[in-house]
Amino acid sequence: MDTTPLANGRNLLEVRGLTKIFGTLKACDQVDLTIAKGEIHALLGENGAGKSTLVKMLFGSLEPNAGEIQWNGQPVRITSPGVAKKLGIGMVFQHFSLFEALTAAENIALSLADDTPISTIAAKARALSYSYGLPLDPESLVGDLSVGERQRIEIIRCLLQTPDLIILDEPTSVLTPQEADKLFETLERLRAEGKSILYISHRLDEVRRLCDSATIMRHGKVVGHCNPRLETPSSLARMMVGTEVKNAERTTAAVRGEELLSICGMSRKPAGPFSMPLKNIRLNVAGGEVIGIAGVAGNGQGELFEAISGEALQDSADAIRIRGKSAGRMGISARRLLGAAFVPEERLGHGAAPRMRLSDNLLLSRHTTDGKAFVGMAGMVKSGAVQKAAQRIIEVMDVRKSAPDPEAAALSGGNLQKFIIGRELDRNPSVMVVNQPTWGVDAGAAARIRQALIELARNGSAVLVISQDLDELFEISDSIAVMHNGDLSKPIPIAEATLERIGLLMGGAEPGHLDHAKEVA
Amino acid sequence: MRIELVKRPERSQLFAAFSPFIALGLTLIAGAIMFTVLGKNPVEALYYYFIDPLREVWSLHELAVKAAPLILIAVGLSICFLSNNWNIGAEGQFIMGAIAGSILPVMFPEFQSWIVLPLMLLMGIAGGALYGAIPAYLKVRFNTNEILTSLMLVYVAQLFLDWMVRGPWRNPEGMNFPETRTFSPSAVLPEIWSASGRANWGFVFAIVTAVALWFMLSRTLRGFEVQVLGQSPRAGKFAGFSQSRMVFFAFLVAGGLAGLAGISEVSGAIGQLRPTISPGYGFAAIIVAFLGRLNPLGIIAAGLVLALSYLGGEAAQISIGVSDKVVRAFQGMLLFFVLACDTLILYRIRFVGSSAAKTVEATQNV
Repeated sequence: MDTTPLANGRNLLEVRGLTKIFGTLKACDQVDLTIAKGEIHALLGENGAGKSTLVKMLFGSLEPNAGEIQWNGQPVRITSPGVAKKLGIGMVFQHFSLFEALTAAENIALSLADDTPISTIAAKARALSYSYGLPLDPESLVGDLSVGERQRIEIIRCLLQTPDLIILDEPTSVLTPQEADKLFETLERLRAEGKSILYISHRLDEVRRLCDSATIMRHGKVVGHCNPRLETPSSLARMMVGTEVKNAERTTAAVRGEELLSICGMSRKPAGPFSMPLKNIRLNVAGGEVIGIAGVAGNGQGELFEAISGEALQDSADAIRIRGKSAGRMGISARRLLGAAFVPEERLGHGAAPRMRLSDNLLLSRHTTDGKAFVGMAGMVKSGAVQKAAQRIIEVMDVRKSAPDPEAAALSGGNLQKFIIGRELDRNPSVMVVNQPTWGVDAGAAARIRQALIELARNGSAVLVISQDLDELFEISDSIAVMHNGDLSKPIPIAEATLERIGLLMGGAEPGHLDHAKEVA
Repeated sequence: MRIELVKRPERSQLFAAFSPFIALGLTLIAGAIMFTVLGKNPVEALYYYFIDPLREVWSLHELAVKAAPLILIAVGLSICFLSNNWNIGAEGQFIMGAIAGSILPVMFPEFQSWIVLPLMLLMGIAGGALYGAIPAYLKVRFNTNEILTSLMLVYVAQLFLDWMVRGPWRNPEGMNFPETRTFSPSAVLPEIWSASGRANWGFVFAIVTAVALWFMLSRTLRGFEVQVLGQSPRAGKFAGFSQSRMVFFAFLVAGGLAGLAGISEVSGAIGQLRPTISPGYGFAAIIVAFLGRLNPLGIIAAGLVLALSYLGGEAAQISIGVSDKVVRAFQGMLLFFVLACDTLILYRIRFVGSSAAKTVEATQNV
């Protein structure tokens, strides 16, 4: 570990003119970044701004085309993650790379690549986890752990290599407010020890609370360095997006319409060793309203989504009714024909086929509902009509892309999500079910998606939004229900919902669930 | 120096088009080395393999005879492979199609009418399709691995054919040779242009089928379904497509076409059932399918190339005296290089010089 005293004032990492070019796209263009010893440095930017590319170059997964990286004042070439680790750079990724069937300690041992016995690693991990206030049982199976606990494994794994610089990519996107607070304490302790942290986030409140300085990127370029504590959220957002970002405007629901989606006693056995059962879910969504479902990841939201969409069928036809029709035994296409539309959490590989063009991905969810427009005689696809519709959606949703009709995988996450949401909105569905509408989507695109969902509801559709982002749910929902352990609480009208109350339900505090249970009985 | 594979940000269109040609080139080089090691003149050997068979019209007819079953089977397999169903048992489906299609001419030789041939072809398709349905059912119902089941069923089919021609179906007037009676003229698939050579209507079937399946794959919703379910099953489910129905569809189509190839071969090229009716068409078709990039039009070209290797093998055996097993070695190398070259579509090769590696070492010690 580097023991140079802080007072020395030298910078830990200096990046000058770093450039990365993919084809014709400058993903990073002359990026400068300076991280001092013992600071938490925020890296802010929309999706596609070049944050991930920059971080990948710092961690050695990508090689820059030009520019210089100085580590402790010495020029270095970081050619692989191994080199980065040796230098003292550790990284905690947004999407964890853990084996669910192995224990925490085994997962850590895998990444260390030496012959230290597992028991030694477990002991070290245990000691380290307690000293940083991240309690973790190294013997537990990853599959049994919550997302917050899995993140702890990643952090401990990173800390075991005693890095001087820790890169965290969107670390709070999967945590409850209470878990996030704990993480912040840990990060502050690390800072006090003189370690530097590069904190990537789009949550401006967190950045203002936690970070000492910030670098803001837009379209591959650095557009500003600042002290986030001296800025307001809206001034930060303006720098990130380049224009004013509005919160979605939520007009109060007009008249509560008919119940368009009603779930009545939906249960589901766990599909695999690591999935949740659904326990007697009850929920009604009326036309004109947005209902949010909060909850920590892995509490049955994915299972609920599959059950509602018809990817998993119910035992009884009456378990779910769409526009008054019993749909429990219908597949997803039949449910779509009833007027329902679905947007799953995973964009690549579930909501869209990664290696197919956008127009093909339009056909993916609309070949039945728009059969007349898109499919002609003998099952021939009318590719002209499909492409025209795809271009219409691309324009309406302002999807940015590098080719006229690119493969889905070539789009940034935010732009693909705009396309997938637009694909469903374009149909004017009367029931819309969305899982994580803005996961990993930049502020501008997220605001646009949220506004679109509210408008859809105000025009008389029933909208159900499953999300882990509480700010988002508070912004758009008329009432919020909480999922915990496969159980869904009663929806709490937005006027009565507080962050604490929802947070407690997310953590499994019982009152909401008890009320609900009584009512059911 | 170290060689690294670096992932490309997007598929390379250039290498998608050229990788089969690179693979062909590498196969020729490796083949030349092989002949040199065998003590033959590599130029002469390659000439007999790949040029000599193209010099006469009758020989081109032979090329069509060999290419027809390869193309028919391979286009069916392309549907399987595109939809992620690894049907390795086309050889068995080919044999079963041949047996089912031969029921009429072998058991009812007196029944002679124009309708015999169409019926034979239909029964051949049905036989191959039903035999292909076995691994499909096992996969859907019991989640068995279709690679194993379809492959093992090949040996079942081969032994069944062997038993049939030695036992129940042996030609009563055939002096105890293990073969069935020769088909009556009404049961023989006619030649296209008999004045110049032996090529029969099987080749026409192959071309028509390839074009039809190309149209299906690239222009219809069913083709879209095949590709979505193959590329990303979960997105396919989200689209409302059924995985199990696709398993059956792919195996029935591939089995049916292999069966058609089988009965066409027996009725057109051979004229009776024998213990061995295929020089491994069902396996070589796997190479054809991949060499043709799983695109039915590409498969037509690839089928002709592989057919040439069979003809060349015979020519080389006669003229320079190499074993006919060399053909298998050639085909194996070709498949190996095709699959290897496909890597270049998604990855590019980077040579990391030793000087660069040293810089890294140096900087690490800072």
